[in-house]
Amino acid sequence: MDSAIATTHTHDAGHAHGEHEHVVLPQHRHHFETEEQQREAGSFGMWLFLLTEIMFFGGMFFAYLLYRNWYYPAFAAASNQLNVPMGAANTAILITSGFCMALGVWAAEVRQKKTLVITLILTTIFGMAFLGVKYFEYKEKYELHHIPGNNFSVSMFVNPQNYPQYPDTYAEKPLAPDMAQKTQIFFFLYFAMTGMHALHMIIGIGLLVWLIMRANRGDFTNGYVAPIENFGLYWHFVDIVWLFLFPLLYLINRHPLH
Amino acid sequence: MSAQTIVSLPDQSTAKMPKRHYINNEHGLLSWLLTGDHKRIAILYLISITFFFFIGGAFAALIRLELLTPQSDLVAADTYNKFFTMHGIVMIFLFLVPSVPATLGNFLIPIMLGAKDLAFPKINLLSWYLYLAGGTLTLTALVLGGVDTGWTFTTPLSTHYLNTHVLTTGMAIFIAGFSSIFTGLNFIVTIHRMRAPGMTWFRMPLFVWSHYAASLLMVLGTPVLAIAIVLVALERVFGIGVFDPTKGGDPLLFQHLFWFYSHPAVYIMILPGMGVISEVISTFSRKRVFGYSAVAFSSVAIALFGFFVWEHHMFIMGVSNYSALVFSLLTMLVAVPSAIKVFNWSFTLQKGSITFETPMLYAFAFIGLFTIGGLTGVFLGALGMDIHLTETYFIVAHFHYVMVGGMLMAFLAGVHFWWPKMTGRMYPESLSKLSAVTSFIGFNLTFMPQFILGYLGMPRRYAAYPQEYQVLNVLSTAGATVLGVGFLLPLLYLGWSLKYGAIAGNNPWQATGLEWQIQSPPLTENFVETPIMDHEAYDYEWLANKTKHEVTTVG
Repeated sequence: MDSAIATTHTHDAGHAHGEHEHVVLPQHRHHFETEEQQREAGSFGMWLFLLTEIMFFGGMFFAYLLYRNWYYPAFAAASNQLNVPMGAANTAILITSGFCMALGVWAAEVRQKKTLVITLILTTIFGMAFLGVKYFEYKEKYELHHIPGNNFSVSMFVNPQNYPQYPDTYAEKPLAPDMAQKTQIFFFLYFAMTGMHALHMIIGIGLLVWLIMRANRGDFTNGYVAPIENFGLYWHFVDIVWLFLFPLLYLINRHPLH
Repeated sequence: MSAQTIVSLPDQSTAKMPKRHYINNEHGLLSWLLTGDHKRIAILYLISITFFFFIGGAFAALIRLELLTPQSDLVAADTYNKFFTMHGIVMIFLFLVPSVPATLGNFLIPIMLGAKDLAFPKINLLSWYLYLAGGTLTLTALVLGGVDTGWTFTTPLSTHYLNTHVLTTGMAIFIAGFSSIFTGLNFIVTIHRMRAPGMTWFRMPLFVWSHYAASLLMVLGTPVLAIAIVLVALERVFGIGVFDPTKGGDPLLFQHLFWFYSHPAVYIMILPGMGVISEVISTFSRKRVFGYSAVAFSSVAIALFGFFVWEHHMFIMGVSNYSALVFSLLTMLVAVPSAIKVFNWSFTLQKGSITFETPMLYAFAFIGLFTIGGLTGVFLGALGMDIHLTETYFIVAHFHYVMVGGMLMAFLAGVHFWWPKMTGRMYPESLSKLSAVTSFIGFNLTFMPQFILGYLGMPRRYAAYPQEYQVLNVLSTAGATVLGVGFLLPLLYLGWSLKYGAIAGNNPWQATGLEWQIQSPPLTENFVETPIMDHEAYDYEWLANKTKHEVTTVG
């Protein structure tokens, strides 16, 4: 498609070159007057896209707010089941990954190809590490029958005294069976929100691989940093979603052992 | 007739088809399927939404045929459920939402702003492919046996009780939703960043303003529909309980999420149509739109208020009386900016040099029918009336007055108005006037009886009804037949005009818009050099001075 547009608009592009005395890079799109305009449009578009993402996650945050108000005891008990050390480790991993991404944007701006590639690779590695930890968390939930659906079991919340190996649970007061059923809603929200977040990370890692290959060719260290910048916005957005999820799901009902 | 119309100005009698334009710039199917040109994508959209319009129309015809008699004799009741569901889904998600924005908006917004293309041509093309994917999935669901949830996917009906293709259709709407998000995003960025020098916000045509407001709704509302559909799918497949009362979930939560999109969606559908009407009324009254900034801001106000009225779809579903009170009041507020528009159009007509070309006839139909649709909306927004009228044919008639009488008339007004610009050829004037009048008569005959039926208490979404409602139903079905003819005619003569229509020339309507100052059909790059705006939209004195010493160049 690129080449089709290029041939279509040779006349037009030539015209633009004549008027503005500046170097036109190959990635400059024909329909923008200046590269400045192209860069601004790109980043504005990215911010708008992130706005739609906020609305998308907003639906689930709204559901969380509603059900947390209705089923507070179930939410408190279920929240205490989540693995805080793993969640905290993941938060640290994700922030590190975001830091590497920020370094990558800087490296592209100062045109250091090697630094850019290395930081992007580090970003990818930390992103994958996050997903790895998430896998073990999900596995734990699976073993405890905390995945909503037909295999869901509330026994841990109705009879916490049967679980001495989980000190947090062991110390809890048992929930009434009907309230214990409502923990399923919490776990559904947990899986939907963290799952949707993980999906965004997987898409992000896919994009990172593509960016690394192009960065390695030197595409982004010749003054054309828009893709790196815009991807950085996306990656930081995904981090920020996690920074809301972690306290809301893991920490908000945490209390010291009785 | 031609003496009173402005079609026969000298410009047109000497007009020649330009040698080079966006249609013949490249050849072959691939040059269309892989194009980045907003005008070609608009044509692709025009073809595909016309296709889906007639699919949806076929279901409407089947519905009306079934309702000809009180018994459910043409089809069984559950087949009837599938008919009205498919009619709703196809018409709303595959026709009304993309209708004006994706075709006329796509074609005209860059030109009206003096830009060469939308900000993201590839995303524009992607949005068409997503639309096609959504449409194909909908057709797949249809062929596999259909879906019968109604277009609202009400839980727990859609999640627990129906064994039809809810997932396929849900996925179709999810995908089509992203097509709409990308269109809106593209428009907003283009309007912010791609305006030609001198094109200030208050020199933009009102068409652009109304698309800006609609795009805001697309970008902010559609993701909420997406998550609502994802949750329905998860509930249906895994039984997660989020909308299941037996597990502590709340079916009303679905309604809130769904209507948070689907109420603003009706403004996504109507706002671009209002933009068309502003252009058409101004052109054929030869006058600046009365109260330009009021009309511009009323679009934004409709978008803003539109986000805070969704609960009026749920008055009878057990929401709190106090919140119903607030939402009823907010609903009435939407009538204010809508009325501002109607009054301003009327004042534009006052003392204008009015001519009655086809787009103007459609625009008149719009104003009248939209006003009836809007006022009956106020009835439904009133709490007491709503309890009597909701889920009856009154509501069916109300939204068809807004959506068909309003939006579809506006769409046809726009297609006729810009047909010379898009194709370089005129449509046959007298035949098209006939079709405009036919649609108007057919429309009123179809839906006016439904107001009465609803008021008498006939519920919507039933295949059978008591004997005493038959006369009005027969009237309605007869009207639908006339309406069908009114919608088929344009398809035929517009197709005919592609080859045999008179050459239009650059500016057959002698309109002021930037799009009329370039050749028809436009060049691929729209403008030979970037235009500089030194006048506001609808400045007819500027146009008169300009045309005095104009030398027309044809590419």
